[in-house]
Amino acid sequence: MPEPLLTVRGLNAWYGESHILHGVDFDVSPGEVVTLLGRNGAGKTTTLKAIMGIVRRRTGSVRFEAAELATLPSNAIARLGIAFCPEERGIFASLDVEENLLLPPVVKPGGLGVDAIFALFPNLRERRHSQGTKLSGGEQQMLAIGRILRTGARLLLLDEPTEGLAPVIVQQIGRTIERLKRDGFTILLVEQNFRFAATVADRHYIVEHGRVVDLIPNAALATSMDKLHEYLGV
Amino acid sequence: MPTQALFGQLLIGLINGAFYAMLSLGLSVIFGLLNIINFSHGAQYMMGAFVAYFCLQWAGLGYWWALLVAPLVVGTIGIVLERTMLKRLYHLDHLYGLLLTFGLALVIQGIFRNEFGSSGLPYGAPALLTGGYNLGFMFLPTYRAWVVLFSLAVCLATWYVIERTKLGSYLRAATENPTLVQAFGINVPRMITLTYGFGVGLAALAGVLAAPIYQVNPLMGADLIIVVFAVVVIGGLGSIMGSIVTGFGLGVVEGFTKVFYPEASNTVIFVIMALVLLVRPAGLFGRAS
Repeated sequence: MPEPLLTVRGLNAWYGESHILHGVDFDVSPGEVVTLLGRNGAGKTTTLKAIMGIVRRRTGSVRFEAAELATLPSNAIARLGIAFCPEERGIFASLDVEENLLLPPVVKPGGLGVDAIFALFPNLRERRHSQGTKLSGGEQQMLAIGRILRTGARLLLLDEPTEGLAPVIVQQIGRTIERLKRDGFTILLVEQNFRFAATVADRHYIVEHGRVVDLIPNAALATSMDKLHEYLGV
Repeated sequence: MPTQALFGQLLIGLINGAFYAMLSLGLSVIFGLLNIINFSHGAQYMMGAFVAYFCLQWAGLGYWWALLVAPLVVGTIGIVLERTMLKRLYHLDHLYGLLLTFGLALVIQGIFRNEFGSSGLPYGAPALLTGGYNLGFMFLPTYRAWVVLFSLAVCLATWYVIERTKLGSYLRAATENPTLVQAFGINVPRMITLTYGFGVGLAALAGVLAAPIYQVNPLMGADLIIVVFAVVVIGGLGSIMGSIVTGFGLGVVEGFTKVFYPEASNTVIFVIMALVLLVRPAGLFGRAS
């Protein structure tokens, strides 16, 4: 097992007065695709936002390479090479597609060029002068993923990239994640849809009531179905 | 109707419109990013005129220097204000920012009135811009033509930077979703500070332009700012070009009202504001949120 790229230990986080995360522990190794599975409100999105520094009130330890993130503001965390794709996609209405794509600054060398991103998502090239929010839901999701590939970040935090999308788009996003994994990106994925997660991930952490309660390697997923159904209530 | 009077009022309208446009532009940009209704904008405009006056009286620096120095000085004061006070209010209701900046405006204007009285201090136009042109149908004072053209250029340059450059795309994006823009690695708090400094600097620049026309008076911004807020409401927040067009347009409308129905010239902008609010509550160019 190589040295983890991301190590989360005893992570607590608060939204205002409500205490959401109660000591989250997990690791992500370089080049892995890892998912956080769990019910609505379990704390999956908050975990991503606490790693990224978007949730400011947090304690515990988040190590990325040699850096401790738990005290840094989000702009400093992004500069270390971590990129976040929010659940609501965060496409800017006052920017066209190209401006949206070029918005996140390049923080490290080795990111994808604009042409490579357009090759990955050809729809975006055709619509590059459209207003960002005029795109379909699937195209917006592609734009939201595409724009963080430019930055040179090696750790991608993807929050429910398949939510509300047609099966054909979900497949395209699955292929993109596989391709990014082959290219050496490390991906931490939050998912409700474990059938999709099973097609792309190496390991699954189960999040419940603000804690990681179980780890299921993807190979063991078939034999863990009963347990999984119980965790996810599906 | 004498054409002389018509064109005379058109010019006055354009001059007023130039000030409306420059001030409402700053207010719009500040409100967009900071969520603060900057009621001290009028006082900052007045401070710009006073810095021009001080430059001349204390340092012998003339008008051209003042165009550079006043926005820098007043903008820096704005930056200090943002860092020490305004930044504590962003998570609160708009009302708090309005009350703080309104209170500050009263304090600033009070101090200046105490020191300099309220009768106004003379400030001459630079030699290069005195005199005028006889256009046949009217006399065009050079300084007034300069104010209209210069402020139009400043407004268009601001529009270009915000709507057409990379820096502007950060600003537009941060106006929509500052949290996400910061999570992309951009120092949004610093951008907010500089934006406030820029908006305030724009007000100070307008103050320098106004000094030779209206004299330098501690209350010069107090009356103007009420009209400028009406202009912002009519134009709608969030559109840069909307602020510019509405500013100049309403100046002209006000000027023509003086020709055709002088009794209404002081109220016409507020009547238009009421009508616009009835028909398009988000303003002529505003995006309904």
